[in-house]
Amino acid sequence: MPARRIRVRGQVQGVGFRPFVWQLANRLGIKGQVLNDPQGVLILATGDALEAFETALRTDAPSLAEVTGVESEPHEFSTPPVGFTILQSAGKGAETRVTPDAATCDACATEIRDAADRRHGYAFANCTHCGPRFTILRGLPYDRAQTSMAAFPMCPACASEYANPADRRFHAQPVACPNCGPRLWLEDGGGETAPDAIEAAVARLAQGQILAIKGLGGFHLACNALDPAALTLLRHRKRRPAKPFAVMGTLNMIRQYAAPSKAEAKLLRDPAAPIVLLNKSGIALPEEVAPGQSTLGWMLPYTPMHHLLMDAFGGPLVMTSGNLSGEPQVIGNKEAREKLGDFADAFVMHDRDIERRLDDSVERVTPHGPMVLRRARGRVPGTLPLPPGFEDTPQVVAYGGQMKSAICLLKNNEALLSHHLGDLDDALTSEEFLKADTDYAALFDHQPALAACDLHPDFRASRHAASKGLPLVQVQHHHAHMAACLGENGWPLDGGKVAGIVLDGLGLGPDGTVWGGEVLLGDYLGVERAAWLKPVPLIGGDMAQKEPWRNLLAQLDAAGMGDLADQLFPDKPLAMMRQAAAAGLNAPLSSSAGRLFDAIAAALGFDGALSFEGEAAMWLEAQSLRNLSHPGFGFGIHDGVIDPAPLFRQLFDELDAGKEPGLLAAWFHASLARAFADQALGLVNNGTAQAVVLSGGCFQNALLLDLTVNMLGDVPVMIHQKTPANDGGLALGQALVAAAQALSQSESK
Amino acid sequence: LAHGGGGKAMRDLITEVFTDVFAPPGDEDQARLTHPAITEPGAQLAFTTDSFVVTPVEFPGGDIGKIAVCGTVNDLVVGGARPLWLSASFIIEEGCEVALLRRIVASMKVEADKAGVQIVTGDTKVVGKGSADKVFVTTSGVGVIPAGRHLAADQVRPGDVAIVNGVLGDHGAAILAARGDMALSADIQSDCQGLGHLIEAALKAAPGIRAARDATRGGVASALNEIADAAGVAIEIDETALPLRPEVRGMCEILGLDPLYLANEGTLVLFAPPDQADAAIAAMRATDAGRDAVAIGTVGKGRAGLVTMRTLFGGSRVVDMLVGEQLPRIC
Ligand SMILES: [Fe+3]
Ligand SMILES: [Mg+2]
Ligand SMILES: [Zn+2]
Ligand SMILES: [Zn+2]
Repeated sequence: MPARRIRVRGQVQGVGFRPFVWQLANRLGIKGQVLNDPQGVLILATGDALEAFETALRTDAPSLAEVTGVESEPHEFSTPPVGFTILQSAGKGAETRVTPDAATCDACATEIRDAADRRHGYAFANCTHCGPRFTILRGLPYDRAQTSMAAFPMCPACASEYANPADRRFHAQPVACPNCGPRLWLEDGGGETAPDAIEAAVARLAQGQILAIKGLGGFHLACNALDPAALTLLRHRKRRPAKPFAVMGTLNMIRQYAAPSKAEAKLLRDPAAPIVLLNKSGIALPEEVAPGQSTLGWMLPYTPMHHLLMDAFGGPLVMTSGNLSGEPQVIGNKEAREKLGDFADAFVMHDRDIERRLDDSVERVTPHGPMVLRRARGRVPGTLPLPPGFEDTPQVVAYGGQMKSAICLLKNNEALLSHHLGDLDDALTSEEFLKADTDYAALFDHQPALAACDLHPDFRASRHAASKGLPLVQVQHHHAHMAACLGENGWPLDGGKVAGIVLDGLGLGPDGTVWGGEVLLGDYLGVERAAWLKPVPLIGGDMAQKEPWRNLLAQLDAAGMGDLADQLFPDKPLAMMRQAAAAGLNAPLSSSAGRLFDAIAAALGFDGALSFEGEAAMWLEAQSLRNLSHPGFGFGIHDGVIDPAPLFRQLFDELDAGKEPGLLAAWFHASLARAFADQALGLVNNGTAQAVVLSGGCFQNALLLDLTVNMLGDVPVMIHQKTPANDGGLALGQALVAAAQALSQSESK
Repeated sequence: LAHGGGGKAMRDLITEVFTDVFAPPGDEDQARLTHPAITEPGAQLAFTTDSFVVTPVEFPGGDIGKIAVCGTVNDLVVGGARPLWLSASFIIEEGCEVALLRRIVASMKVEADKAGVQIVTGDTKVVGKGSADKVFVTTSGVGVIPAGRHLAADQVRPGDVAIVNGVLGDHGAAILAARGDMALSADIQSDCQGLGHLIEAALKAAPGIRAARDATRGGVASALNEIADAAGVAIEIDETALPLRPEVRGMCEILGLDPLYLANEGTLVLFAPPDQADAAIAAMRATDAGRDAVAIGTVGKGRAGLVTMRTLFGGSRVVDMLVGEQLPRIC
């Protein structure tokens, strides 16, 4: 009888893969064994249906598994196997994989609603196809003793499910039931108050109270999404005037307020259960949920507790991260009592510790596929395969940017991009960042030979990188953005030059000016600047990011429309600001596309200062009409310098002529897309570039992305889908650039 | 003023502008110094030097001469020394007005007298046009640290209170405002002043004071970071406690500057043990240079070298030492 040695690669550990193999083998009459080892899963098999067996390993894999490779070779058993057995893992370091946390599966969701089931109403049900993973992990290998479930010895019933390969809970580390597992309660300042936490929570939410609810990766602050008074109270307490709140609802609830497409519904139901941005449609939620936005961030209940809450409450709940402004989300019970006491009227808590703080991931579906905006719970620690040519890369650690910090590790031909860590100006986030560096290095047994960071010396991430005592590669910000997109799309190391349209906030350029609206020509190794927005002073440095009108002032002055600026801003100290601009006093020249968005937003009516990052650009996208006629204006372009001056002149003429701001906002998007697409197309058409890459934070704008992709026509285009186009993906690009440089040096030696 | 090396015109100039003002006059190229304090058992000599380059050389609240004296005096006194003697060297650009030099030298004399130091030796060189910007001044200073006094950054301990003697950033703001290219109506004066009397008063009331640092270039943020590094402690300051003149705050908002990084020339941060902080503040407030003295933060047990600021909104922001100029960081 034929026998084969089958190697399965990918995300195949801790996802119920071995029991799946066991069941499959039994069904197909295959004999042999399966075990986890450092490369993934190894199967020795013999039987008549080997071909069907190998095929099914890919096609029928459990929902959380991601099979990237099945390789097999002939094998000879010394003694023919009697049955099919699951062996203990092979050696230390065998269980190298941790999978992301996964939303409650349908089977578990059904059980908790089944009055006859022993987990009826239980907030912590899970199985190999769902449940907590990374958020409860203390160390590797991933087994119960190394998770915060170690505090809960299994009862006999759970233990027998755990031990039975035919059971859905075979080797599900967090397996638990009401007899042996974590417990949920509700407390307020006076202590624990109610026997049924869900019932009590729902009663309080219905009265307009705000609850701090401990979820999977941290605490949320929750309130009734239909209650304007509760929403206003929450905004007031959180000092968060306008930043959109995320809302949790079942798919049926969501359909009352939005019209998710098939792809959007699929993304909502993904095991990662991200927040998905959906256009408002149907009944309007109170404006306080997301003032001025055309989209709302929706997520489905993703733990049994959330399901029970949704069932009992029967309507959408705002679920915003439980933190002090700018700080990381609270994860500990004690910490929650201390920090969220002023925000919340009561706490819904449990006694399963959160070991890793993970924000909700935020994603959206564009006409060109789903796109991750913030990569966290449910997506990490997922890895990305490295593009061809990077097989021999040394281990690299890259430290990313300042505001949307994330770390990236390269090892074993894979990239591991950490979860979204946040703004490193915040002291606690900064601590979290240092912790994450040690944590990820330990978890993935990473011994970097090389560190990478941004060119900006005063990013905390750059300082930390410099302190590591490793050879350091400083990567220009927008080169890193471009490389991240190339890497995500598997563009080979020797794939040739591409044109990178990088439309972004700010990044230090090698010439000492601040870049952010460029067409870069090059590859992983290096780039040159082929085209760019005409630089204008960034008046007041970072202040220009907070006050969009400063950018309008700079643009109008540059366009020779200073008189108009005088009229528009009679109360501002323009003389001083203009002199600062002229003197270069905290007013570096910048080609930032993000700041151009701000200037246009200010021109079209965005007033005052931002209350959260990116607000003006989001506002502009939300304003834009979608039934777009041909733009009535455009940029001036001379030798690759894309000059907004003519656009501003025409824009104000059109405003004077009574054109709708929403139309002009759309025209701006189209003009920007046209100008940059033309520059990139020029490079492709003359054979200099092989493809076009779109990266930088501005490409999280779905309208801009769609317009640009369409204008690029048949040319090969790469966009971000699995990694953020903004600085959340920066570390991946830095790591790849550093790796490419190391590989080219070792080659030339 | 003509370029020349040791000729008669030069010697006349030196005699006329400089030697008359600085005491004691003498023909020797060296100062021979005696003072009872330097022979006291346990006393230590303190010696420091600094070069001063300021544009413009005269500004509201001072000039380069005043800074040159105060800067070096302050470098001595923050180490606990009583300043005794200074030297002063001048690099003068050809064509610099004699009247300007006179004003600079006169203001040096005034500050030296206030601080109780003598300028006992000096030098001048005239260089070609463009080789200097009007005038550069280098001063060196000698002082005596009395026996038993030990002010040093590494003495700072968790629990200590960080105190500033007055409002932040006036010097940096005044210099910006005084530059010809800025149209600032704001009437901001440099805080340039000697801090010797202030420190003596504070030490008398609070002998346990651990360390002091003048917050010159790089501002209070840099001074705090240097102390935190040297002492291996964390320092947390409170944004609401920072003393700022409304004009300076306004200017910082307009220009996007962080007052914590603005230069000062008469502002120090000192660290007092918790039980002596109030006494130190009260004593400082009784002096001219310390009328606005206030506690701005405390030393903690957090990560060594880390300076943080509790913000108006209750968050905690990292206050780093900047490598370069303030460059925008928000992507
Ligand atoms: Fe960026
Ligand atoms: Mg000095
Ligand atoms: Zn399940
Ligand atoms: Zn149980």
